[in-house]
Amino acid sequence: MEKKIDLPLDKKTVASLRSGDKVLLTGTIYTARDAAHKRLVAEIKKPPLNLKDQVIYYCGPTPAMPGRVIGSAGPTTSVRMDGFTAPLIKAGVLGFIGKGKRSEEIRALMKKNKIIYFVATGGAGALLAKHIRSARVVAYPDLGPEAIYELKVVDLPVIVANDIKGKDIFEEGVRKYRKK
Amino acid sequence: MREIEAKKISNTIKDLCIQANYELSEDVLKALKGALKQERSANGKEVINQLINNAEIAKKERYPICQDTGLAIVFIELGQDVHINGDLIKAVQEGVAKGYTEGYLRRSVVGHPFNRKNTNDNTPAVIHTEIVPGDKIKITFMAKGGGCENVSRYQMFKPTASKEEIEKFALETVDQAGAAPCPPIIIGIGIGGNLEKSGLLAKKALLREVGKPSNDKDTANMEKELLIKINKLGIGPEGLGGVVTALAVHIDTAPCHIASLPVTVNIDCHAHRVKEVTL
Repeated sequence: MEKKIDLPLDKKTVASLRSGDKVLLTGTIYTARDAAHKRLVAEIKKPPLNLKDQVIYYCGPTPAMPGRVIGSAGPTTSVRMDGFTAPLIKAGVLGFIGKGKRSEEIRALMKKNKIIYFVATGGAGALLAKHIRSARVVAYPDLGPEAIYELKVVDLPVIVANDIKGKDIFEEGVRKYRKK
Repeated sequence: MREIEAKKISNTIKDLCIQANYELSEDVLKALKGALKQERSANGKEVINQLINNAEIAKKERYPICQDTGLAIVFIELGQDVHINGDLIKAVQEGVAKGYTEGYLRRSVVGHPFNRKNTNDNTPAVIHTEIVPGDKIKITFMAKGGGCENVSRYQMFKPTASKEEIEKFALETVDQAGAAPCPPIIIGIGIGGNLEKSGLLAKKALLREVGKPSNDKDTANMEKELLIKINKLGIGPEGLGGVVTALAVHIDTAPCHIASLPVTVNIDCHAHRVKEVTL
């Protein structure tokens, strides 16, 4: 069964989620990938958007066709953002959406700060785009696909990868199916 | 001497960019459907179902399969009896620029590794040309995502290295890559040649129809065995755990120096966008 969650997140909701939970997210999320992270962290004292309680989606969408709100919009590899994650957590971000495992350091940091990490299916950008109702650039338009977009999503399908207890879906999943 | 207009090449490339990014190839779709039957993990099945569904949405509703519409790689086998009216390389780059801008594909190329300024039309493409006998041009287009290219690896082995050592290197590469290259992946391995030949062999091995074994019997056996071993790693679709980590392993070999044994493992994601046309 999927859990429906309205954004913004709050600490109680975050605490209720467990690694492996299937979640449908509805509300506002913000995209940011490598180049946006670099700038955001450089300007973290005066960020171009309020990060408190927000969810960051590691995504650089394709351009929208005329009459559409967005193009394909799936997640990119999260681990590349690990070096920029601590300042964002400090600025109040409560959750991240991406793909793939995080470093041990970031997992420990997320556990300590009670941050949730979701994964969306990498390479399912068309399917995920259908859950996006609006998109507008809110920072760094010169970065093109790497600009920060504010997305309004409805029932965006994600899975909890790391919960506040420190459980990790990748380690558990792989352990279960690994054969010597 | 057969004459071919550069414009025709340009238009062909444009169409290939769009087709590759919107229409998942039949061989990949078939491999995914096979993987769905094989997969035992619930999360893994869910991912594969989403991918099959995604391919349908992409094709019917015109959304690119993945938002990383790739670095454009163009392989040209140019018949020596062909004369091109115009500039071949310029035609290829123009075709890529048009394909990516008119096709609403993401511009994922920066003009310099340090200043990282987007070129805004996804050029330049990486172009590999080869002169072959005949009066035709075979164009193979590949849109290669960043995530899977980033985890590809190269190593120079001792010439006395065993097959097992090379297999171990391939297994380590896939294991370290984990979820990053978007499994279930397709693996191209180049064994032999020299530094640059090895990389090209691995990339070209990816161009083969998914799961089609090597023509060489020993190599085909190695592909088969390695695929089994890779799928025992348990990484599974999107790294969430499962029995299908790879859809196929393609290996190509080449002669090499008595002192060398270069090996490249090039990984491609499940979107595996490869299309070819012969003019």
